[in-house]
Amino acid sequence: MTGKAPIIVIGAGQSGQQICDSLRKGGYEGHLMLLGDEASLPYQRPPLSKKFLTGTLEAERLLLRPASYYEQQKIDVHLNARVDSIDRAACRLRLRSGEALAYSGLALATGTRIRPLTVPGAADANIHYVRSLADGERLAAALKNARRVAVIGGGFIGLEVAAIAREQGREVVLIEAFERLMARAVAPQVSAFYAELHRGHGVEVLLGTGVDAIRTVAGEHTVVTSTGAEYTVDLIVAGIGVVPNSELAEAAGLACRNGIVVDDCARTSDPLIVAAGDCTWHMNGFLQREIRLESVQNAVDQAKSAAASLLGQSSVYCQVPWFWSDQYDIKLQIAGIGMPHDQAVLRGDVSSGAFSVCYFRDGVLVGVDSLNKPAEHMAARKLLAQGTPLSAAQAGDTSVDLMQLARGA
Amino acid sequence: MPKIIYVDINGARRECNVANGVSVMEGAIANGIAGILAICGGSCACSTCHTYIDPEWMDRVGAASDIEDSTLELAYDRKPNSRLSCQIEVTDKLDGLVVHVAQNDG
Repeated sequence: MTGKAPIIVIGAGQSGQQICDSLRKGGYEGHLMLLGDEASLPYQRPPLSKKFLTGTLEAERLLLRPASYYEQQKIDVHLNARVDSIDRAACRLRLRSGEALAYSGLALATGTRIRPLTVPGAADANIHYVRSLADGERLAAALKNARRVAVIGGGFIGLEVAAIAREQGREVVLIEAFERLMARAVAPQVSAFYAELHRGHGVEVLLGTGVDAIRTVAGEHTVVTSTGAEYTVDLIVAGIGVVPNSELAEAAGLACRNGIVVDDCARTSDPLIVAAGDCTWHMNGFLQREIRLESVQNAVDQAKSAAASLLGQSSVYCQVPWFWSDQYDIKLQIAGIGMPHDQAVLRGDVSSGAFSVCYFRDGVLVGVDSLNKPAEHMAARKLLAQGTPLSAAQAGDTSVDLMQLARGA
Repeated sequence: MPKIIYVDINGARRECNVANGVSVMEGAIANGIAGILAICGGSCACSTCHTYIDPEWMDRVGAASDIEDSTLELAYDRKPNSRLSCQIEVTDKLDGLVVHVAQNDG
């Protein structure tokens, strides 16, 4: 990496911040620029659908690093800065403001954006989504005054919001198009547990139910479902997925396929450009297949590989994926990727509210969901990382201590 | 405001004022203490805010919860005085606490 032009990181989220951090730790002393299109310094997104909505967590506490960190590390942060185009031949970016910036290396950490609900009437229904700090602040304020809330989408985000809304005493109806909750991520028995959990807390959970239209009259919204039922609420929150922000890369001629295509070292086809985080369709060294992951773990670990690649080293991204979701007093922790699988083995007693489900593909452990079983989650991460063999029979036998097995390897 | 004394991974000792109610991890991040990463933001999910509590303070800091104890399994070089700093809330009782930052990167 020669010349005086800076390394530029586009996207001031968890991944962008980590790329900057890893570049400095890796010895890069040159000009380093971080461009973000939001108004805030990089912050944690996971709490936005959880504790932040209760209004008891100040926005400042979400910051990944205080402002002084960026000064000390000489990271030149530009907020509210949107990149319009990348001219790869000239190694130059153009910002929305018209400014052109030359780069010697470029990292794309552009993240995702929410998938909007597009049913008739959606545009007039003031629908809330949860992606940015601004979204979280708006929703937290709206929840305070809401009486009845419709949550559209029974994935992590929708369920976490539903749980918080119930804990604040709001009436909640949750509408999920699939026949079960979190269908993309967990086994049917886990979905069923969560449907009961939410119902037990007073959420009206509608499964296999779409939304056909929304009518808004005088600040009240009536959600019309695919079964013809109508729910009149004063607040609608939708969590129906995200789409990767890959248009900038695509317009610059970089390969994109459900995200920006990168190899297992976070490199795009352009030797000067890397990408990391939610926005990448990447070769995952651990999974040995291409995938797009939306998680803190992926944002951070892939960012480290991306930074190494910019420094001319090669550091293969090969980490066990992990995720978590907090709903009521249940902590769901996911290790590995259980989907797809050909066998799901229950470990423990569902009715106790603390159990795990171990997923196998071709007889090999590929993922573990743990509910209020943190030790089993941590053991699973170790087992998966080490490739320690575990049989389905062992997985289902709670007298087999997974942590001991993991330590013994 | 209680003072927390951080000894970072390079051995540098820093005395920092940290507000009651925030975590020892948040105090470290706010003061730029080298070696505290906290990538999960304090959700007790990653063990990258691992610290060693000065032996004199162990009684006052107390033991790790079950979930923290499990998460510490991921920490590098766990010791009897290991704690995740995101799980320690700063109170007046901890004024003067000395914590040593563990190896959290890599």
